[in-house]
Amino acid sequence: MRLPLLVATLTCLCLSPAVLAEDVQVAVAANFTAPMQDIAQAFEQDTGHRVVAAFGSTGQLYAQISHGAPFEVFLAADDTTPARIERDGLAVSGSRFTYATGALALWSADARLISDGEQLLRSGDFQHLAIANPKTAPYGLAATQVMQALSLTDALTPKLVEGQSIGQTYQFVASGNAALGFVALSQVSRDGEITSGSAWQVPAALYEPIHQDAVLLSKGANNAAATALLDYLRGERAAAIISRYGYGH
Amino acid sequence: MHLPLDSNDLAAIWLTLELASLTTLVLLLLGTPLAWWLAHTRSRLKGPISAVIALPLVLPPTVLGFYLLVALGPNGPIGALTEQLGLGTLAFSFSGLVIGSVCYSLPFVVQPIQNAFEAIGRRPLEVAATLGASPLDRFFTVALPLARPGIITASVLGFAHTLGEFGVVLMIGGNIPEQTRVVSVQIFNHVEAMDYASAHWLSGGVLICSFLILLLLNRRGHWRVMPGSGQ
Repeated sequence: MRLPLLVATLTCLCLSPAVLAEDVQVAVAANFTAPMQDIAQAFEQDTGHRVVAAFGSTGQLYAQISHGAPFEVFLAADDTTPARIERDGLAVSGSRFTYATGALALWSADARLISDGEQLLRSGDFQHLAIANPKTAPYGLAATQVMQALSLTDALTPKLVEGQSIGQTYQFVASGNAALGFVALSQVSRDGEITSGSAWQVPAALYEPIHQDAVLLSKGANNAAATALLDYLRGERAAAIISRYGYGH
Repeated sequence: MHLPLDSNDLAAIWLTLELASLTTLVLLLLGTPLAWWLAHTRSRLKGPISAVIALPLVLPPTVLGFYLLVALGPNGPIGALTEQLGLGTLAFSFSGLVIGSVCYSLPFVVQPIQNAFEAIGRRPLEVAATLGASPLDRFFTVALPLARPGIITASVLGFAHTLGEFGVVLMIGGNIPEQTRVVSVQIFNHVEAMDYASAHWLSGGVLICSFLILLLLNRRGHWRVMPGSGQ
Protein backbone atom coordinates (compact mmCIF):
# COMPACT_ATOMS: atom_id res chain seq x y z
CA MET A 1 0.00 0.00 0.00
CA ARG A 2 2.74 2.39 0.95
CA LEU A 3 5.17 1.57 -1.83
CA PRO A 4 2.90 2.56 -4.75
CA LEU A 5 2.18 5.84 -2.97
CA LEU A 6 5.87 6.52 -2.58
CA VAL A 7 6.54 5.70 -6.23
CA ALA A 8 3.67 7.95 -7.30
CA THR A 9 4.95 10.79 -5.16
CA LEU A 10 8.47 10.43 -6.47
CA THR A 11 7.18 10.34 -10.06
CA CYS A 12 5.16 13.46 -9.48
CA LEU A 13 8.17 15.17 -7.95
CA CYS A 14 10.33 14.21 -10.91
CA LEU A 15 7.81 15.41 -13.46
CA SER A 16 6.92 18.60 -11.67
CA PRO A 17 8.80 21.82 -12.37
CA ALA A 18 10.41 21.35 -8.98
CA VAL A 19 13.18 19.50 -10.76
CA LEU A 20 14.18 22.74 -12.37
CA ALA A 21 13.49 24.69 -9.23
CA GLU A 22 16.09 27.03 -7.90
CA ASP A 23 16.38 29.32 -4.91
CA VAL A 24 16.28 33.04 -5.39
CA GLN A 25 17.76 35.38 -2.77
CA VAL A 26 15.72 38.55 -2.55
CA ALA A 27 16.43 41.75 -0.64
CA VAL A 28 13.10 43.38 0.17
CA ALA A 29 12.33 46.82 1.58
CA ALA A 30 10.70 46.48 5.00
CA ASN A 31 7.42 48.11 3.96
CA PHE A 32 6.85 45.32 1.43
CA THR A 33 7.31 42.51 3.98
CA ALA A 34 3.70 41.33 4.20
CA PRO A 35 2.83 41.45 0.48
CA MET A 36 6.17 39.81 -0.36
CA GLN A 37 5.37 36.89 1.92
CA ASP A 38 2.06 36.38 0.09
CA ILE A 39 3.67 36.81 -3.32
CA ALA A 40 6.47 34.40 -2.43
CA GLN A 41 3.94 31.78 -1.41
CA ALA A 42 1.97 32.18 -4.65
CA PHE A 43 5.17 32.22 -6.69
CA GLU A 44 6.43 29.05 -5.05
CA GLN A 45 3.11 27.32 -5.71
CA ASP A 46 3.00 28.43 -9.32
CA THR A 47 6.62 27.90 -10.34
CA GLY A 48 8.21 25.53 -7.82
CA HIS A 49 11.07 27.94 -7.28
CA ARG A 50 11.87 28.95 -3.72
CA VAL A 51 12.15 32.50 -2.43
CA VAL A 52 14.66 33.35 0.31
CA ALA A 53 13.85 36.88 1.40
CA ALA A 54 15.72 39.32 3.64
CA PHE A 55 13.93 42.44 4.86
CA GLY A 56 15.46 45.77 5.89
CA SER A 57 15.56 49.46 5.13
CA THR A 58 16.47 50.31 1.55
CA GLY A 59 19.67 52.06 2.67
CA GLN A 60 20.68 49.09 4.80
CA LEU A 61 20.11 46.66 1.94
CA TYR A 62 21.96 48.93 -0.47
CA ALA A 63 25.00 48.93 1.81
CA GLN A 64 24.85 45.13 1.99
CA ILE A 65 24.51 44.73 -1.78
CA SER A 66 27.38 47.10 -2.50
CA HIS A 67 29.53 45.02 -0.14
CA GLY A 68 28.90 41.78 -1.93
CA ALA A 69 25.81 40.39 -0.19
CA PRO A 70 24.55 37.36 -2.13
CA PHE A 71 21.22 38.90 -3.21
CA GLU A 72 19.93 38.27 -6.71
CA VAL A 73 16.85 40.47 -6.79
CA PHE A 74 16.31 43.78 -5.00
CA LEU A 75 12.88 45.21 -4.26
CA ALA A 76 13.60 48.73 -3.02
CA ALA A 77 11.29 51.27 -1.45
CA ASP A 78 12.32 53.96 -3.93
CA ASP A 79 13.50 54.36 -7.50
CA THR A 80 16.80 56.14 -6.84
CA THR A 81 18.55 53.29 -5.04
CA PRO A 82 18.02 50.69 -7.79
CA ALA A 83 19.18 53.31 -10.33
CA ARG A 84 22.31 53.89 -8.26
CA ILE A 85 22.96 50.16 -8.04
CA GLU A 86 22.69 49.94 -11.80
CA ARG A 87 25.15 52.83 -12.17
CA ASP A 88 27.50 51.04 -9.77
CA GLY A 89 27.48 48.12 -12.19
CA LEU A 90 25.89 45.77 -9.65
CA ALA A 91 22.66 45.20 -11.57
CA VAL A 92 21.63 44.01 -15.00
CA SER A 93 21.00 47.17 -16.99
CA GLY A 94 17.50 47.62 -18.32
CA SER A 95 16.01 45.26 -15.72
CA ARG A 96 14.54 48.03 -13.54
CA PHE A 97 10.81 48.57 -13.28
CA THR A 98 8.31 49.96 -10.79
CA TYR A 99 6.57 47.07 -9.05
CA ALA A 100 4.48 49.15 -6.65
CA THR A 101 3.71 52.75 -5.79
CA GLY A 102 3.68 53.28 -2.06
CA ALA A 103 1.27 55.33 0.02
CA LEU A 104 2.02 56.97 3.34
CA ALA A 105 -0.30 56.80 6.35
CA LEU A 106 -0.33 58.53 9.70
CA TRP A 107 -1.23 55.73 12.07
CA SER A 108 -2.00 55.22 15.75
CA ALA A 109 -2.62 52.00 17.65
CA ASP A 110 -5.38 53.88 19.48
CA ALA A 111 -8.60 53.49 17.49
CA ARG A 112 -9.95 56.87 18.66
CA LEU A 113 -6.88 59.06 18.27
CA ILE A 114 -6.87 59.97 14.59
CA SER A 115 -10.03 61.39 13.09
CA ASP A 116 -8.49 64.35 11.27
CA GLY A 117 -4.80 63.59 10.83
CA GLU A 118 -3.73 67.03 9.67
CA GLN A 119 -5.59 68.70 12.53
CA LEU A 120 -3.95 66.34 15.01
CA LEU A 121 -0.47 67.09 13.62
CA ARG A 122 -1.15 70.83 13.89
CA SER A 123 -2.44 70.52 17.46
CA GLY A 124 0.81 68.83 18.54
CA ASP A 125 -1.21 67.09 21.23
CA PHE A 126 0.99 64.01 21.58
CA GLN A 127 4.37 63.14 23.10
CA HIS A 128 6.12 61.28 20.28
CA LEU A 129 5.73 61.08 16.52
CA ALA A 130 7.56 58.12 14.97
CA ILE A 131 9.09 58.27 11.50
CA ALA A 132 11.56 56.06 9.68
CA ASN A 133 15.14 57.34 9.36
CA PRO A 134 14.81 59.77 6.42
CA LYS A 135 18.42 59.19 5.37
CA THR A 136 17.93 55.50 4.71
CA ALA A 137 14.19 54.82 4.44
CA PRO A 138 12.12 56.39 1.64
CA TYR A 139 8.95 56.43 3.75
CA GLY A 140 10.90 58.45 6.31
CA LEU A 141 11.89 60.91 3.61
CA ALA A 142 8.26 61.14 2.48
CA ALA A 143 7.24 61.83 6.09
CA THR A 144 9.66 64.78 6.28
CA GLN A 145 8.22 66.10 2.99
CA VAL A 146 4.72 65.98 4.48
CA MET A 147 5.83 67.93 7.56
CA GLN A 148 7.51 70.47 5.28
CA ALA A 149 4.44 70.81 3.08
CA LEU A 150 2.34 71.48 6.17
CA SER A 151 5.00 73.91 7.52
CA LEU A 152 5.20 71.82 10.69
CA THR A 153 8.86 70.78 10.55
CA ASP A 154 10.01 73.10 13.34
CA ALA A 155 7.02 72.36 15.53
CA LEU A 156 7.28 68.58 15.19
CA THR A 157 11.06 68.03 15.20
CA PRO A 158 11.32 67.88 19.04
CA LYS A 159 8.68 65.14 19.07
CA LEU A 160 10.28 62.93 16.45
CA VAL A 161 11.57 59.46 17.19
CA GLU A 162 13.27 57.54 14.41
CA GLY A 163 12.98 53.88 13.57
CA GLN A 164 15.79 52.38 11.54
CA SER A 165 13.31 51.04 9.02
CA ILE A 166 9.60 51.43 8.47
CA GLY A 167 9.23 48.08 10.25
CA GLN A 168 10.75 49.46 13.46
CA THR A 169 8.69 52.64 13.12
CA TYR A 170 5.54 50.51 13.04
CA GLN A 171 6.77 48.67 16.15
CA PHE A 172 7.24 51.96 18.07
CA VAL A 173 3.63 52.92 17.35
CA ALA A 174 2.16 49.43 17.77
CA SER A 175 3.70 49.13 21.26
CA GLY A 176 2.17 52.50 22.19
CA ASN A 177 5.55 54.08 22.97
CA ALA A 178 4.88 56.62 20.23
CA ALA A 179 1.28 57.84 20.09
CA LEU A 180 1.40 58.03 16.32
CA GLY A 181 3.74 57.67 13.40
CA PHE A 182 4.15 57.82 9.66
CA VAL A 183 4.11 54.27 8.31
CA ALA A 184 3.44 52.61 4.98
CA LEU A 185 -0.26 52.26 4.25
CA SER A 186 0.50 48.64 3.35
CA GLN A 187 1.45 47.91 6.95
CA VAL A 188 -1.90 48.95 8.37
CA SER A 189 -4.47 48.27 5.66
CA ARG A 190 -5.90 45.25 3.92
CA ASP A 191 -8.44 45.47 1.07
CA GLY A 192 -8.95 49.17 1.64
CA GLU A 193 -9.70 48.83 5.37
CA ILE A 194 -7.51 49.90 8.27
CA THR A 195 -6.74 46.67 10.11
CA SER A 196 -6.27 48.10 13.61
CA GLY A 197 -6.08 51.42 15.42
CA SER A 198 -6.83 54.58 13.46
CA ALA A 199 -5.13 56.09 10.44
CA TRP A 200 -5.09 59.02 8.06
CA GLN A 201 -4.07 58.29 4.51
CA VAL A 202 -1.80 61.23 3.72
CA PRO A 203 -2.91 63.06 0.53
CA ALA A 204 -0.51 62.18 -2.30
CA ALA A 205 0.01 65.88 -3.06
CA LEU A 206 1.95 66.34 0.21
CA TYR A 207 4.90 64.12 -0.75
CA GLU A 208 6.74 62.98 -3.82
CA PRO A 209 5.37 59.71 -5.20
CA ILE A 210 7.07 56.67 -3.71
CA HIS A 211 7.89 54.62 -6.79
CA GLN A 212 9.22 51.33 -5.55
CA ASP A 213 11.53 49.80 -8.13
CA ALA A 214 12.75 46.27 -8.53
CA VAL A 215 16.03 45.36 -10.18
CA LEU A 216 17.80 42.19 -11.22
CA LEU A 217 21.19 42.17 -9.52
CA SER A 218 24.28 40.92 -11.34
CA LYS A 219 24.50 37.89 -9.04
CA GLY A 220 21.07 36.77 -10.25
CA ALA A 221 21.69 37.35 -13.96
CA ASN A 222 21.97 33.63 -14.68
CA ASN A 223 19.41 32.39 -12.18
CA ALA A 224 16.16 31.34 -13.84
CA ALA A 225 14.31 31.76 -10.55
CA ALA A 226 15.41 35.40 -10.30
CA THR A 227 14.09 36.36 -13.74
CA ALA A 228 10.97 34.28 -13.11
CA LEU A 229 10.29 36.21 -9.90
CA LEU A 230 10.65 39.56 -11.64
CA ASP A 231 8.25 38.40 -14.38
CA TYR A 232 5.90 37.14 -11.72
CA LEU A 233 5.89 40.52 -9.97
CA ARG A 234 4.57 42.05 -13.18
CA GLY A 235 1.87 39.41 -13.51
CA GLU A 236 -1.79 39.50 -12.54
CA ARG A 237 -1.63 37.38 -9.42
CA ALA A 238 1.09 39.55 -7.88
CA ALA A 239 -0.74 42.71 -8.96
CA ALA A 240 -3.85 41.56 -7.10
CA ILE A 241 -1.83 40.92 -3.93
CA ILE A 242 0.00 44.25 -4.25
CA SER A 243 -3.21 46.27 -4.57
CA ARG A 244 -4.84 44.37 -1.67
CA TYR A 245 -2.12 45.90 0.51
CA GLY A 246 -2.93 49.43 -0.60
CA TYR A 247 -0.22 50.03 -3.17
CA GLY A 248 -0.73 51.49 -6.60
CA HIS A 249 0.61 49.30 -9.35
CA MET B 1 42.83 70.30 9.14
CA HIS B 2 39.34 70.51 10.55
CA LEU B 3 38.10 68.10 13.15
CA PRO B 4 36.49 65.20 11.32
CA LEU B 5 33.76 64.91 13.96
CA ASP B 6 30.77 67.22 13.71
CA SER B 7 28.66 68.53 16.58
CA ASN B 8 26.31 65.54 16.37
CA ASP B 9 29.24 63.17 16.86
CA LEU B 10 30.51 65.16 19.83
CA ALA B 11 27.03 65.22 21.35
CA ALA B 12 26.86 61.44 20.91
CA ILE B 13 30.24 60.97 22.62
CA TRP B 14 29.23 63.17 25.54
CA LEU B 15 25.89 61.40 25.87
CA THR B 16 27.58 58.01 25.85
CA LEU B 17 29.97 59.03 28.64
CA GLU B 18 27.06 60.42 30.66
CA LEU B 19 25.06 57.24 30.15
CA ALA B 20 27.95 54.96 31.08
CA SER B 21 28.84 57.00 34.20
CA LEU B 22 25.29 57.23 35.50
CA THR B 23 24.63 53.58 34.75
CA THR B 24 27.78 52.54 36.61
CA LEU B 25 26.78 54.64 39.60
CA VAL B 26 23.28 53.16 39.72
CA LEU B 27 24.71 49.68 39.29
CA LEU B 28 27.14 50.11 42.17
CA LEU B 29 24.33 51.31 44.44
CA LEU B 30 22.03 48.46 43.44
CA GLY B 31 24.62 45.82 42.75
CA THR B 32 26.67 46.01 45.96
CA PRO B 33 23.85 45.08 48.37
CA LEU B 34 22.64 42.49 45.88
CA ALA B 35 26.12 40.98 45.64
CA TRP B 36 26.40 41.01 49.43
CA TRP B 37 23.13 39.16 49.77
CA LEU B 38 24.10 36.62 47.09
CA ALA B 39 27.48 36.05 48.75
CA HIS B 40 25.98 35.28 52.16
CA THR B 41 22.50 33.92 51.68
CA ARG B 42 21.53 30.29 52.03
CA SER B 43 18.12 31.03 50.55
CA ARG B 44 16.67 28.76 47.92
CA LEU B 45 16.15 31.85 45.81
CA LYS B 46 19.90 32.30 45.37
CA GLY B 47 20.05 30.04 42.31
CA PRO B 48 17.14 31.54 40.40
CA ILE B 49 18.16 35.11 41.22
CA SER B 50 21.77 34.51 40.15
CA ALA B 51 20.45 33.07 36.91
CA VAL B 52 18.21 36.09 36.28
CA ILE B 53 21.14 38.44 36.91
CA ALA B 54 23.33 36.48 34.49
CA LEU B 55 20.67 36.45 31.73
CA PRO B 56 21.99 39.54 29.88
CA LEU B 57 25.25 37.64 29.32
CA VAL B 58 23.52 35.16 27.06
CA LEU B 59 20.34 36.87 25.86
CA PRO B 60 20.48 38.68 22.53
CA PRO B 61 20.11 42.43 23.16
CA THR B 62 17.09 42.34 20.86
CA VAL B 63 15.22 40.18 23.37
CA LEU B 64 16.00 42.59 26.17
CA GLY B 65 15.20 45.57 23.94
CA PHE B 66 11.93 44.09 22.78
CA TYR B 67 10.71 43.29 26.29
CA LEU B 68 11.82 46.71 27.51
CA LEU B 69 9.92 48.37 24.65
CA VAL B 70 6.79 46.45 25.63
CA ALA B 71 7.30 46.97 29.38
CA LEU B 72 7.99 50.71 29.06
CA GLY B 73 5.00 51.29 26.75
CA PRO B 74 1.73 52.65 28.16
CA ASN B 75 0.29 49.11 28.29
CA GLY B 76 3.36 47.58 29.95
CA PRO B 77 3.89 47.30 33.73
CA ILE B 78 6.68 49.91 33.94
CA GLY B 79 4.95 52.27 31.50
CA ALA B 80 1.67 52.08 33.41
CA LEU B 81 3.50 52.87 36.64
CA THR B 82 5.48 55.83 35.24
CA GLU B 83 2.34 57.25 33.63
CA GLN B 84 0.50 57.07 36.95
CA LEU B 85 3.39 58.83 38.61
CA GLY B 86 3.05 61.56 35.99
CA LEU B 87 6.42 60.82 34.38
CA GLY B 88 4.98 59.80 31.02
CA THR B 89 6.48 56.80 29.27
CA LEU B 90 10.24 56.31 29.37
CA ALA B 91 11.00 54.87 25.93
CA PHE B 92 12.90 57.34 23.72
CA SER B 93 14.28 59.12 26.79
CA PHE B 94 17.62 59.20 28.56
CA SER B 95 16.02 57.73 31.70
CA GLY B 96 14.73 54.85 29.61
CA LEU B 97 18.25 54.20 28.35
CA VAL B 98 19.61 54.21 31.90
CA ILE B 99 17.02 51.58 32.89
CA GLY B 100 17.91 49.52 29.83
CA SER B 101 21.65 49.82 30.47
CA VAL B 102 21.29 48.88 34.13
CA CYS B 103 19.55 45.64 33.12
CA TYR B 104 22.04 45.04 30.34
CA SER B 105 25.21 45.56 32.40
CA LEU B 106 23.97 44.13 35.71
CA PRO B 107 25.96 40.85 35.66
CA PHE B 108 29.17 42.71 34.82
CA VAL B 109 28.89 44.58 38.10
CA VAL B 110 27.20 42.12 40.46
CA GLN B 111 29.37 39.10 39.72
CA PRO B 112 32.83 40.61 40.38
CA ILE B 113 31.60 42.18 43.63
CA GLN B 114 29.94 38.93 44.69
CA ASN B 115 33.19 37.06 43.98
CA ALA B 116 35.11 39.58 46.06
CA PHE B 117 32.71 39.25 49.01
CA GLU B 118 32.86 35.47 48.81
CA ALA B 119 36.67 35.53 48.72
CA ILE B 120 36.77 37.49 51.99
CA GLY B 121 34.97 34.67 53.74
CA ARG B 122 33.29 34.84 57.14
CA ARG B 123 36.40 34.96 59.30
CA PRO B 124 37.33 38.69 59.12
CA LEU B 125 33.71 39.60 59.73
CA GLU B 126 33.45 37.27 62.71
CA VAL B 127 36.62 38.70 64.16
CA ALA B 128 35.23 42.20 63.72
CA ALA B 129 32.01 41.09 65.39
CA THR B 130 33.86 39.74 68.43
CA LEU B 131 35.60 43.12 68.69
CA GLY B 132 32.15 44.66 68.93
CA ALA B 133 31.58 45.98 65.40
CA SER B 134 27.93 46.32 64.42
CA PRO B 135 26.76 44.67 61.17
CA LEU B 136 26.81 48.03 59.35
CA ASP B 137 30.27 48.75 60.74
CA ARG B 138 31.49 45.38 59.57
CA PHE B 139 30.10 45.99 56.09
CA PHE B 140 31.57 49.47 55.67
CA THR B 141 34.88 49.16 57.49
CA VAL B 142 35.80 45.53 56.83
CA ALA B 143 33.94 44.06 53.86
CA LEU B 144 33.94 47.04 51.51
CA PRO B 145 37.67 47.88 51.84
CA LEU B 146 38.61 44.22 51.41
CA ALA B 147 36.36 43.96 48.34
CA ARG B 148 37.83 47.10 46.78
CA PRO B 149 39.60 45.36 43.87
CA GLY B 150 36.37 43.56 42.94
CA ILE B 151 34.42 46.80 43.14
CA ILE B 152 36.92 48.55 40.88
CA THR B 153 36.77 45.69 38.37
CA ALA B 154 32.97 45.85 38.51
CA SER B 155 32.91 49.62 37.89
CA VAL B 156 35.29 49.41 34.96
CA LEU B 157 33.47 46.49 33.36
CA GLY B 158 30.06 48.08 33.89
CA PHE B 159 31.28 51.33 32.39
CA ALA B 160 32.98 49.69 29.41
CA HIS B 161 30.09 47.35 28.70
CA THR B 162 27.65 50.28 28.68
CA LEU B 163 29.92 52.19 26.28
CA GLY B 164 29.52 49.36 23.83
CA GLU B 165 25.79 48.99 24.20
CA PHE B 166 23.96 48.99 20.89
CA GLY B 167 21.08 46.57 20.43
CA VAL B 168 19.03 47.69 23.41
CA VAL B 169 19.50 51.38 22.60
CA LEU B 170 18.53 50.80 19.00
CA MET B 171 15.33 49.09 20.06
CA ILE B 172 14.15 51.57 22.69
CA GLY B 173 16.07 54.76 21.82
CA GLY B 174 14.48 56.27 18.73
CA ASN B 175 17.73 57.94 17.57
CA ILE B 176 17.07 61.31 19.22
CA PRO B 177 20.05 63.72 19.25
CA GLU B 178 21.32 64.53 22.77
CA GLN B 179 18.75 62.15 24.28
CA THR B 180 19.28 58.64 23.00
CA ARG B 181 21.71 58.86 20.10
CA VAL B 182 24.80 57.27 21.63
CA VAL B 183 28.08 56.64 19.82
CA SER B 184 27.27 53.09 18.73
CA VAL B 185 24.01 54.27 17.15
CA GLN B 186 25.75 57.23 15.54
CA ILE B 187 28.30 54.85 14.00
CA PHE B 188 25.44 52.75 12.68
CA ASN B 189 23.85 55.91 11.20
CA HIS B 190 27.10 56.85 9.47
CA VAL B 191 27.52 53.38 8.00
CA GLU B 192 23.89 53.34 6.87
CA ALA B 193 24.29 56.71 5.19
CA MET B 194 27.56 55.46 3.66
CA ASP B 195 29.60 58.14 5.42
CA TYR B 196 32.46 55.76 6.09
CA ALA B 197 34.98 58.47 7.00
CA SER B 198 32.98 59.57 10.04
CA ALA B 199 32.23 55.95 10.89
CA HIS B 200 35.98 55.25 10.91
CA TRP B 201 36.79 58.12 13.25
CA LEU B 202 34.15 57.19 15.78
CA SER B 203 34.78 53.45 15.53
CA GLY B 204 38.52 53.95 15.92
CA GLY B 205 37.87 56.08 18.98
CA VAL B 206 35.70 53.42 20.58
CA LEU B 207 38.24 50.73 19.75
CA ILE B 208 41.16 52.59 21.31
CA CYS B 209 39.12 53.65 24.32
CA SER B 210 37.94 50.08 24.98
CA PHE B 211 41.45 48.74 24.56
CA LEU B 212 42.87 51.23 27.02
CA ILE B 213 40.21 50.44 29.60
CA LEU B 214 40.94 46.72 29.37
CA LEU B 215 44.67 47.34 29.45
CA LEU B 216 44.25 49.38 32.60
CA LEU B 217 42.22 46.61 34.16
CA ASN B 218 44.79 44.04 33.17
CA ARG B 219 47.65 46.10 34.61
CA ARG B 220 45.91 46.25 37.92
CA GLY B 221 45.87 42.48 37.90
CA HIS B 222 42.17 42.08 38.43
CA TRP B 223 41.46 40.96 34.93
CA ARG B 224 38.74 38.42 34.42
CA VAL B 225 37.78 37.37 30.93
CA MET B 226 34.17 37.01 31.96
CA PRO B 227 32.76 38.12 35.25
CA GLY B 228 32.39 35.14 37.51
CA SER B 229 34.98 33.00 35.78
CA GLY B 230 37.81 33.70 38.17
CA GLN B 231 36.97 32.97 41.75
